[in-house]
Amino acid sequence: MRLLIKGGRVIDPANGLNAVMDVLLEEGRITAVEKELADNSAEIINAKNKLVCPGFIDMHVHLREPGQEYKEDITSGSRAAAAGGFTTVCCMPNTEPAIDNAAVASFVRERARKTGLVNVFPIGAITRGREGNELSEMAELVAAGCVAVSDDGRPVMRADVMRNALEYAKMFGLPVLAHSEDLHLSREGQMHEGYYSIIYGLKGIPAAAEEVMIARDIMLADLTGGNLHVCHISTRGAVELIREAKEKGIRVTCEVTPHHLILSDEVVDGYDTDTKVNPPLRSEEHIAALREALQEGVIDCIATDHAPHHRESKDCEYVLAAPGISGLETAVASIMDKLVSPGILNLEQMVRLYTTGPAEILGIDRGTLSPGKVADLTLLDPKLVKTVEPSKFYSKGKNTPFKGMQLKGWPWMTIREGIIVAREGEIIG
Amino acid sequence: MQLRDKNVIMDEMAMKRALTRIAHEIIEKNKGVDNVAVVGIRRRGGPLAQRLAARIQEIEGVNVPVGILDITLYRDDLTTLSSQPQVHRTEVDFAISGMNIVLVDDVLYTGRTIRAALDALMDLGRPRAIQLAVLIDRGHRELPIKADFIGKNVPTSRQEVISVLVKEIDSKDEVVIQEIIDT
Amino acid sequence: MGFEQNKDLLGLRELSRKDIELILATAMPMKDIIRRDIKKVPTLRGKAMVTVFYEPSTRTRTSFEIAGKYLSADTVNLAVTTSSVQKGESLRDTIKTIEVMGFDLMVIRHAMSGTPHYAARNTRMKVINAGDGANEHPTQALLDMFSIKEKKGTLDNLKVAIVGDILHSRVARSNIYGLSKFGCEVRVVGPSTLIPPEIEKLGVKSYYSLDEALKGVDVINVLRIQRERQQVGLFPSLDEYANLYMLTPRHLLQARDDVLVLHPGPMNRGVEISSDIADSNAAVINEQVTNGVAVRMALLFLMMGGSKDEIAD
Repeated sequence: MRLLIKGGRVIDPANGLNAVMDVLLEEGRITAVEKELADNSAEIINAKNKLVCPGFIDMHVHLREPGQEYKEDITSGSRAAAAGGFTTVCCMPNTEPAIDNAAVASFVRERARKTGLVNVFPIGAITRGREGNELSEMAELVAAGCVAVSDDGRPVMRADVMRNALEYAKMFGLPVLAHSEDLHLSREGQMHEGYYSIIYGLKGIPAAAEEVMIARDIMLADLTGGNLHVCHISTRGAVELIREAKEKGIRVTCEVTPHHLILSDEVVDGYDTDTKVNPPLRSEEHIAALREALQEGVIDCIATDHAPHHRESKDCEYVLAAPGISGLETAVASIMDKLVSPGILNLEQMVRLYTTGPAEILGIDRGTLSPGKVADLTLLDPKLVKTVEPSKFYSKGKNTPFKGMQLKGWPWMTIREGIIVAREGEIIG
Repeated sequence: MQLRDKNVIMDEMAMKRALTRIAHEIIEKNKGVDNVAVVGIRRRGGPLAQRLAARIQEIEGVNVPVGILDITLYRDDLTTLSSQPQVHRTEVDFAISGMNIVLVDDVLYTGRTIRAALDALMDLGRPRAIQLAVLIDRGHRELPIKADFIGKNVPTSRQEVISVLVKEIDSKDEVVIQEIIDT
Repeated sequence: MGFEQNKDLLGLRELSRKDIELILATAMPMKDIIRRDIKKVPTLRGKAMVTVFYEPSTRTRTSFEIAGKYLSADTVNLAVTTSSVQKGESLRDTIKTIEVMGFDLMVIRHAMSGTPHYAARNTRMKVINAGDGANEHPTQALLDMFSIKEKKGTLDNLKVAIVGDILHSRVARSNIYGLSKFGCEVRVVGPSTLIPPEIEKLGVKSYYSLDEALKGVDVINVLRIQRERQQVGLFPSLDEYANLYMLTPRHLLQARDDVLVLHPGPMNRGVEISSDIADSNAAVINEQVTNGVAVRMALLFLMMGGSKDEIAD
């Protein structure tokens, strides 16, 4: 099986490439990236006017299986990922049961292998049952294929437990992924605390609810030398804390979601439950700070926090609605349209944030087009204009505040281990 | 709907004479005005009622109570109007029970306005009798209602509109007949 | 006229000054009806309305119910509690059920902000918000404004102080939106934990001192203080709250001589308002209740009186 991708613009930040080149794939590996390659026996893909990038990685998704298959399952989530241009996703352990032991982790790996569309790396729980008390058996989780640990939506409120987690995970080189939220400060909160929470009369979640936990965890990372990764940062203060920590040489990385980069708290108007997410959509000043941090490189990667929900969890009162956004199928297009097109990010920066950025955090051998590497590729059509239509999502979760938006720049082809798995937003096979 | 002026059927003097005659008739019919009150239907019945009371005062030297009735909340045609009329206050600040009430309106047409006004009046109390005075009776009744005092009978077609103008609202006294032109 | 185009009344934020003027003007003749011996007009004969209150409230619900009855609408109260909703039927299904019974209008109160908006999106019935969470309570603000206008002759450019829990108060929000449309200077005063800093962006001035806030005001609107706020630690005790913010005759000296005192009720005497004030001539608290019925009659008439959609012209 040989594929020759001809005439596309190759963007491979790891190798400093941004030029029109051809890419040859053989037996699931990249074998050559050169100008004007010829191979008579290979299937030719005409990639003229397309962008040829290393396979995109989303290190923060919720696939809901096992336990909540009515929201999403590993197959539907894998299809959504592939259609959205991702070749690798990492799934969070807030399943039922939680991914806090080898059996569940292996189950996830096995289901993903059978689906065979994208790489699915499970993230194990930090603590047993994600209860924030006793450490999970991390050695076992690593052996079963987990690439990181996180208690996800349930922040580890006990500082002593977090300290031990950072210290213990360090032994396996595992990053500890923190959902940073002081639950006492955010209690009953529905949206960002500020002007619009007053206008809409909804209980606010102050930026400080996120920042005090990040500050604590940075100090613990400093204390332990552990490997802290802060999930979905959303505030100016978070950016400042992480920037400062990095300058001091503390091992901390972070991610940001497309929705926190693009949508402000103003969109809660009319109480559209698709705008409800945790952390909440923040105000313009926070968005500006996040974008600046992205340009400076303070933020290491973009991740979707893909959180599919069933219609019943969103078609209800705002206060009762489940927080979360189904993000896999809009992540690339929203960033292309709202950040790359206006020149806030250049293409290399964007590709880095979706490839080498997460790969380095997770320590996985993905994210480049170097010959010899696994042939995971994402091809984009930067000119394609499409309207976001949730009803056409492969994900079971149709919950997106991007619905109805016309966006320019969409995934064109997703190739995993040398096989085309999605083309123009459609799953192949 | 467009209207074309056809004819002036009453000028200021004619209106004045008609109201004076009606005032006399009211006094005559009620054998004096001891127990009489005049109540105009908003809007143009209001000024006409004031004027009738003034004439009665000139003739009899008696101040009869005057009120204004807003019948919006009693109308049966709200669903067929293209825009909702604003509700105004009913200003009848005397007890109507036991009195002879002279209801005053500008034009008597289908009778539906008077029907609403009768209901509105009844909700304010129990008058001894209600009489009806109108400046113009243009026919085409849809209800069994008849005026006791009429300024002028004007035979009309349904394609015509009668407009009574009064100084208090329209800055001149005049009654015109207009025609609806279909466009 | 304009207001008849509005399907729903969800808040004063989205109403124009003209809409509010029309409602208040219509409420005047309605108040006359309440004072008559025969307190009924036939205008809404054949219309049906339902009140759906997910929060207990005797006075607002009764006010809507009697307002509908005075106008000859058929009014029904649906008994619901928040807990039964969370356990059983979804709000959407409840609304659908009510709709297919043929109601023309629904009055809804809910502890969660935005619920009337959700309801309105999911039904053909007209919806009136009778208070949603900390968002809005438009009919309360309309009756407050009606009471002010009746006593002061105008709403324009008055100085109005709102005292109490501004953070959680839908009455405060609706009053701020409504009064601002008439050029009023609105001041809010209360403990710093109950005055969100961003509130000034709505064009109001915030104060922590009651004396300062009341200097030269035409109107004082005293909010009911909820005991739960103390339980979650937003202020230390009701005693301390009363020491700092209970309106007493001494405070009135700061205000204009003809100052008007409003309270949405029910009052906590001795906590946010002293009995001397509550029973004084400055207070129009009982009249507010009458005005509430008048304002709700006006709204029901404006929203259900006649149907505009079938007119071709």
